[in-house]
Amino acid sequence: MATAGRKTTAGGGNKRPDVETLLKYYREMLLIRRFEERAGQLYGMGLIGGFCHLYIGQEAVVTGVQAVLTEKDSVITSYRDHGHMLACGMEANGVMAELTGRRGGYSKGKGGSMHMFSREKRFFGGHGIVGAQVPLGTGLAFAHKYKEDGGISVTYTGDGAINQGQVYEAFNMASLWELPVLYIIENNQYAMGTAVARASANTQLCNRGASYDIPGEEVDGMDVLKVKEAAAKAVAHIRAGKGPYILEMKTYRYRGHSMSDPAKYRTKEEVNKMKAERDPIDHLRLSMLDLGEAEEQTFKDIDKEIKDIVSKSAEFSQSSPEPDPSELYTDILVDV
Amino acid sequence: MPIQVLMPALSPTMTEGTLAKWVKTEGDNVAAGDVIAEIETDKATMEVEAVDEGTLGKILVPEGTENVAVNSLIALLLEEGEDASALEGADQAATAAPAAPESPAALETAPAAVVNHPSDDPAPEPEWTGPTRRVTVREALRDAMAEEMRRNQDVFLMGEEVAEYQGAYKVSQGLLDEFGAKRVIDTPITEHGFAGLAVGAAFDKLSPIVEFMTWNFAMQAVDHILNSAAKTLYMSGGQMGCPITFRGPNGAAARVAAQHSQCYASWYAHCPGLKVIAPWNASDAKGLLKAAIRDPNPIIFLENEVMYGQSFDIPDIDDWVLPIGRAKIERPGKDVTITAFSRMVGTALEAADLLAAEGIDAEVINLRTLRPLDTATIVKSVQKTNRIVSVEEGWPFAGIGSELAAVMMEDAFDWLDAPLVRVCGEDVPMPYAANLEALALPSPERIAAAAKQVSYRAS
Repeated sequence: MATAGRKTTAGGGNKRPDVETLLKYYREMLLIRRFEERAGQLYGMGLIGGFCHLYIGQEAVVTGVQAVLTEKDSVITSYRDHGHMLACGMEANGVMAELTGRRGGYSKGKGGSMHMFSREKRFFGGHGIVGAQVPLGTGLAFAHKYKEDGGISVTYTGDGAINQGQVYEAFNMASLWELPVLYIIENNQYAMGTAVARASANTQLCNRGASYDIPGEEVDGMDVLKVKEAAAKAVAHIRAGKGPYILEMKTYRYRGHSMSDPAKYRTKEEVNKMKAERDPIDHLRLSMLDLGEAEEQTFKDIDKEIKDIVSKSAEFSQSSPEPDPSELYTDILVDV
Repeated sequence: MPIQVLMPALSPTMTEGTLAKWVKTEGDNVAAGDVIAEIETDKATMEVEAVDEGTLGKILVPEGTENVAVNSLIALLLEEGEDASALEGADQAATAAPAAPESPAALETAPAAVVNHPSDDPAPEPEWTGPTRRVTVREALRDAMAEEMRRNQDVFLMGEEVAEYQGAYKVSQGLLDEFGAKRVIDTPITEHGFAGLAVGAAFDKLSPIVEFMTWNFAMQAVDHILNSAAKTLYMSGGQMGCPITFRGPNGAAARVAAQHSQCYASWYAHCPGLKVIAPWNASDAKGLLKAAIRDPNPIIFLENEVMYGQSFDIPDIDDWVLPIGRAKIERPGKDVTITAFSRMVGTALEAADLLAAEGIDAEVINLRTLRPLDTATIVKSVQKTNRIVSVEEGWPFAGIGSELAAVMMEDAFDWLDAPLVRVCGEDVPMPYAANLEALALPSPERIAAAAKQVSYRAS
């Protein structure tokens, strides 16, 4: 395939989605934003423990990609996973209660922020070992092909994980066996505190599949419509049986790597500039106002609706009891 | 009622910090996500962002204040429609931070041991009296895979050289012809990758058999075996089972030196979420591999290259399946118990012959499964013999023998007439030279000497 490394042109020629669809994207992105802000607050109150990696700033990526998937497709990601779960349709209550380690959480309080799953929504985690989700997600694609069920695997990874050796082992097999897998590289510019250029000899991450003949494209990951358009094209390629595809989403996380990261490796000006000029949620809202597709009141109503969902999830995550002590010994093995 | 802004914890260990700076002042409008203050912890200066929108009504802790406890009230935020009058008394309100719940009370019935052993009293396995046929361990393993692949379309075999080459050790001979390339899959030399890929397929309910050319190479894949296969059921609250069998030759072969000669039994047996099986003869190999493939959990199946070509009689029936978690008494005896697994069962039986010539009647137990370990059968044997020798190819430190010593202390202390003695591989990397290699591994003579030691008989 000769398409490796091609860049998309901004905007594209696709028709703008209808207002209802645009508002749906707005709602999904805002839910992730508000949910994560609240998770940060609960962390500050000591209600969420351990590591907690927030997705704030990157909302357009998962929202745009999920928009082109169907119920039979599989999704897997790393530890910055709250947004992916909400975008997969998992309940805010169950996600927040897992963050607080309660019985009502998706893993019954036994997985925490980095390890949540929903077989019903075909969300396969939530994995804490950097890069491990890439072979696992490739295995989900293997299963789709083996079962001939028409589904594809969407495997999210970051600019840090992309330097793990197992990623290339997986790329090789995915291409060799023409597996239906879409690799999304969420390039938020920093692997924890290390800027991409300090860790990668070649920073054009969309080219990382070139040795395996996997086509790759760079996409503006701060624009949900561009993300969706690129994802639609990639998914069509994969569903046509042409094998894997890589999309590098240029995005940005506003918060630190985890809650305890003071983010000294970048300037406040850089962060503030991204927030002011590139925010995916503001961008969609302002463009809709400009085009007369919606009025301020519509967004205010959605804001209130989202605030309610998030407040209720925060309440649920505190009222749901801790796991019963007997849960310590369950789910180690499947009973035979 | 104004919104309370609390001193946040910004790391898992922070209990207090310095309120370094207020970025917003009283009367400022605040939107969710706005930075309102900076705080210093012992490690860093961090920004505090607002979660709600409103007007900063009152600052309760001035900037520069040190040792501000986490969760104490630092400011009040007026919601839309509220004015300053709402602030009155609000700072008196209890700091409503819901404290993290108390640690759970100690378990009422805490288990004595960390390992879940089968606790029932096992009846000895009845001797097979039906028809038998003679097959090699290699053929028994192949037949087990073929029968399970015929039985379940979701079972497939993946590994290096398993298909067209017919297996590096010819264990998968003929499987490609019968099942085709879809289900018998040659992989690149990429253990980390294909182990992870197979685990992902198992998460979606396929049942992979992953062949490692040897278990030494599986060290490249150990992250997926432990972190992905063994732990995900627990971390998902029971949602994500992983029905997968990892198999291949383990332990010392012959003259292949340190990197190709290591026993991983105790490494994997250490880990909850796995079952670890180590067959000895053809009957074990077939019956236990079939059980492993059917089991809905991740299985570590430790074969031995030296055993592949050895022939044994196995029951000649359609569906020979053995229970996982049960040991087998290969030779009953009354004077001393010898436990062994894999190839060492044969070595232990040779030792028993040597001992018999000296009037010592040894009972040899083939452990078969190392996790869960059949402690009931072992303890029952020691209640009869009052003496035990543990045999393994692996190193002594934290080995299977060490675990057995602990089991004896916990479950059979009053029955022992002598301390357990371990016969292990020597505590050295495996040498290449033939004479040194032989010295590094347990021999019938060393086992017999250990048995005499626990029997207080001069050797």
